[in-house]
Amino acid sequence: MTADPADNRRRRRVESLLRRALPPSSLITDPRARKTFETDGLTAIRELPWLVALPETEAQVLEVLRICRAHDVPVVPRGAGTGLSGGARPSADGLVLGLSKMAEIVEVDLDNLVARVQPGVRNLAISEAVAEHGLYYAPDPSSQIACSIGGNVAENSGGVHCLKYGLTVHNVVGVRLATVDGEVLELGGKVPEGPGYDLLALVMGSEGMLGVVTEVTVRLLPSPPEKRVLLAPFADVGAAADAVGAIIAEGIVPAGLEMMDAPAIRAAEAFVHAGYPSDAAAILLCELDGVAGEVAADLARVTRVLDAHGAGDIRVAESPEDQARLWLGRKAAFPAVGRIAPDYYCMDGTIPRAHLADVLERIGRLAEAHGLAVANVFHAGDGNLHPLILYDANHPGQLEQAEALGARILELCVAVGGTVTGEHGVGVEKLDTMCHQFDAATLAQMHAVKAAFDPDGLLNPGKAVPELARCAELGGMHVHGGRLPFPHLPRF
Amino acid sequence: MRDDVDQAEVLCDAVRRAAAAGEAVRIVGSGSKSSLTAGAAEASRPARLLSVSEHVGIVDYRPEELVVTARAGTRLKTLESVLAGAGQYLPFEPPRLHGGGTVGGAVACGLSGPGRPWRGAVRDAVLGVELVNGRGERLRFGGQVMKNVAGYDLSRLQAGAFGTFGLMLAVSLKVLPVPETEQGRVLALPPADALARCRAWSRRPLPISGLCWADGLLHVRLSGAASAVAAAAGEIGGDDEPDPRFWTGLRDLRLPQLAGPGLWRCVLPPAAPEPLDECLVNWGGAERWWRPRADDARVRAALAAAGGHGRPFDGSFGHRGAGTLAPLERRVSERLRAAFDPERRFNPELTARPEETHAH
Repeated sequence: MTADPADNRRRRRVESLLRRALPPSSLITDPRARKTFETDGLTAIRELPWLVALPETEAQVLEVLRICRAHDVPVVPRGAGTGLSGGARPSADGLVLGLSKMAEIVEVDLDNLVARVQPGVRNLAISEAVAEHGLYYAPDPSSQIACSIGGNVAENSGGVHCLKYGLTVHNVVGVRLATVDGEVLELGGKVPEGPGYDLLALVMGSEGMLGVVTEVTVRLLPSPPEKRVLLAPFADVGAAADAVGAIIAEGIVPAGLEMMDAPAIRAAEAFVHAGYPSDAAAILLCELDGVAGEVAADLARVTRVLDAHGAGDIRVAESPEDQARLWLGRKAAFPAVGRIAPDYYCMDGTIPRAHLADVLERIGRLAEAHGLAVANVFHAGDGNLHPLILYDANHPGQLEQAEALGARILELCVAVGGTVTGEHGVGVEKLDTMCHQFDAATLAQMHAVKAAFDPDGLLNPGKAVPELARCAELGGMHVHGGRLPFPHLPRF
Repeated sequence: MRDDVDQAEVLCDAVRRAAAAGEAVRIVGSGSKSSLTAGAAEASRPARLLSVSEHVGIVDYRPEELVVTARAGTRLKTLESVLAGAGQYLPFEPPRLHGGGTVGGAVACGLSGPGRPWRGAVRDAVLGVELVNGRGERLRFGGQVMKNVAGYDLSRLQAGAFGTFGLMLAVSLKVLPVPETEQGRVLALPPADALARCRAWSRRPLPISGLCWADGLLHVRLSGAASAVAAAAGEIGGDDEPDPRFWTGLRDLRLPQLAGPGLWRCVLPPAAPEPLDECLVNWGGAERWWRPRADDARVRAALAAAGGHGRPFDGSFGHRGAGTLAPLERRVSERLRAAFDPERRFNPELTARPEETHAH
């Protein structure tokens, strides 16, 4: 509570209005219970929210928004809280609007091949619900067991199969979006396109800044009947990187194409014993899916390309069990790296594939110059890098070195024509690096777009797009060649 | 015509001059789709024509990246022949109306070809856009990589916006390898049976890239590995496609069923049972070219009842959405447009009828 009596009156008024609008279990005011909501997947950043609302219906969401709008209360929408960029960091004077209680699959429409679901439905739960019909929902972010579809919309989530099946934006056909005024904007639906501007595309990845998702209509796809996973070891990182581009140039679009370098391979092998070759400098994991003849033909071509690029013994997994085993090391790579260093900092830049070999080498040199190690495990087919910077927060100076190295890596991604975030979002974590990627006029345009939806900036304030003043300060610092301090560094 | 001319600064200057003079700007490419906005031109206040048709060239193309960046005035024909040289193509198959069309026009008009349900729409392929907004500022959204969540996605928003947010200078598009084989089948079926087949096939993992019913024939296009296409052709049955130009004719809207007045382009849930009579049914049911025998209000009501929407495919097409948007969506759309172009300088008559605009 503040000392200002007027503000205290306002706060009591808001609380009492919310109490009337929501069931008792849907409004959390107790500080200990609120603590659950103080952070998301970016656990370094914590802020205790003033209030937490967990509405059960769209009508309640709208009422909460109207109350907050009328009383100037910042609203931070939240799905499952698995985001990695601090997009759900609360405001101390604001309300967290959690959608976790709205978790029903409203309709599975087999004729139109769509499912209508509430925002709190878990990503994987959609595929599980339609599996009996031979269907699935394609985007599979690594957190798919836990992450919610509403959060996926907010982040435009990806996963390991984006190269062939696209991101959330390619697989969501409709959204009901609650505006800051507490009205519902119906975008898309069971039709492939709406009559007006493509606001649906704009909402994808907008990090809860434009509205609150209250329902999502997703496209369902027939499950591919055939699947093969292969592992190719390489004695040289550059050769593995070049093989990635060569596979694509061959006219093949694999369902997944992942790469791990030696530190990541060894960490994963020590952790889960997936049978990866511990002496390899890099491995590629390639998943091919489709109908029978197609997969066999692609497999032969991919094998030829890999051989031509100097791959060692290629392993092909045919049975689902063997395939799961090959994927195991990749999927356990992050926790595995977590075992070999006290702390790591996960980056998320994307680069044009042609620069893979060069950028990986330069990341290695940068790491050396900063006195730190980096493990690389990433979506090579998309050029979406996840360098994991290993450090020890208890060791004086290492944290700052990790911050500086992270900034250099993202600048490198932008310099070769890439982006500072491929799938984790900007949140609060990458606000500073956004200043490198976009000029002031473009950022100002983004702010103007935000204002068209939310003129007073109540929805998820301070996220996704940096204020111009912040960039101007950073710009000055860069001119002087100083090390870029990251005020919002994760410390996991 | 030279094939690599950078007029970006000339175009930016023209926009700034128009801004200084308080003039409106009407953006044109090669003019191939001018018939879709012809009605609007008559109804609007006078505006300065600004042509991007000389701003041409492929700025960046590395086939292994599956991305191409081209200046807005680049002819579709030029771009597609360069892509074909590397065994690639534009997955959204933009129509070449009257054989023409530019990259900028294809994105601005947002018309996607016959493969749309399987290969994606124009907006699905848009990765980045360079745009001059109403303040004459040259902006870059998105980029040249497929996974990119930095900032709002203001690139895809340009698809189908008819240039009402600004003047596109260049576009980065996702491209795909040309499928190994393509085969057309036809089955003689009444329309309701054809729709039922479309529904059943869509649930199965078949290499379908087109499903179109017209005049008693269901046309099926299969694309992919030769063995997969052959197996699917056996399963689907029917006969070989007799018309080798059917699918390009459909893409370019040159089929006889699509000629003449009174045609509506409608978008529906694919399984919607109506409207079906007097329709050419594309996209497995989701796009229907309908020549209704009723007044506009009844047509719109019928489409709304079926869960879809549509508008006449004539000179009023560029009014995009007029009369069909919910009031809230129209308000948000107008505010969004003003965020890019506060003076409503670009294509002022498009996307909402002038009388509706003046009402605000």
